Amino acid sequence: MFSQIAFFLLQNPLLKNFFTGDIYRGRLKMLCTPGLNCYSCPAAVTSCPVGAMQLFLAGAKHSVSLFVTGFLVTSGVAFGRLICGFVCPMGLLQDLLYKIKAPKFKARFRYIQYIKYLILALFVMILPFAVRNELSGLGSPWFCKYICPAGTVFGALPLFAANSFLRGFAGVQFAFKLMVASAVLSAAILNYRFFCRVLCPLGAFYSLFNRTAFIKIRFNCEKCVSCGDCSKACHLKIEPPLELNSPECMRCGNCIRACGSSALSYKSERAKS
Amino acid sequence: MIKKENLLRVVLLAVGIVMILVGIYRGELYEIMKKAVVACLECIGIG
Repeated sequence: MFSQIAFFLLQNPLLKNFFTGDIYRGRLKMLCTPGLNCYSCPAAVTSCPVGAMQLFLAGAKHSVSLFVTGFLVTSGVAFGRLICGFVCPMGLLQDLLYKIKAPKFKARFRYIQYIKYLILALFVMILPFAVRNELSGLGSPWFCKYICPAGTVFGALPLFAANSFLRGFAGVQFAFKLMVASAVLSAAILNYRFFCRVLCPLGAFYSLFNRTAFIKIRFNCEKCVSCGDCSKACHLKIEPPLELNSPECMRCGNCIRACGSSALSYKSERAKS
Repeated sequence: MIKKENLLRVVLLAVGIVMILVGIYRGELYEIMKKAVVACLECIGIG
């Protein structure tokens, strides 16, 4: 949790902007951060990779952003879903919500976990590129426009609270986004990281690299006493010895901390061929 | 097997870095900045 707060502050250091409703306009906004951190968040100093990817697909000068795609591939290969576990502000928010005392449903989401891949393909890639305004010839960032709860929570709500002019434009689309965000955050109280596991396109992208990432979890079968403590500790209902570095694993380290025989540990692969 | 995995990792990392550099060369950073320095209306649900 400490590292998540530290990363949140690193990406969103301008906390005073939450009260003034200003947006940072400096050169750091050229760069992306690996987590889902909306560039409309008043405190943000960097850009969201999902928003930037849609910006290009929706009709900027180059339809595919090599910078953003390369950044995501590099981040994925380096860290995999460790980013979901430690860097992403939406992860931090959901972890805080999960601490609320309420009945918890510890489901595995075996089938609905694949929705995030559909959202990545459809809302982040295909629809922004394929559906164009007849007059302008430009597409829309469909994920940001209709789904992204990070934009609603970290962008819209603080901006509307501080800026009455912007608040005046809030209508049906904002009401829809607010409903989506409310549903996602309510689900996060009951299910651990519901958004990351079921809906997040960034999580879907990084999960493709989880098995090849440099930072992984290592299992030493000689030390394992088959106590099952690691599986019990995993909020994602993964069984670490059987599904080591599963695409769903966010490398939170709960299994490592729960293992009394030190059979599990973080492993950093060396880049040698 | 481990060697293949390492090779794949290195190739992916190299491809990612090359894509970043080509993207910077194409001026993509300025396009991102143009969008990011104003409130993204779609992101906040009014555009």
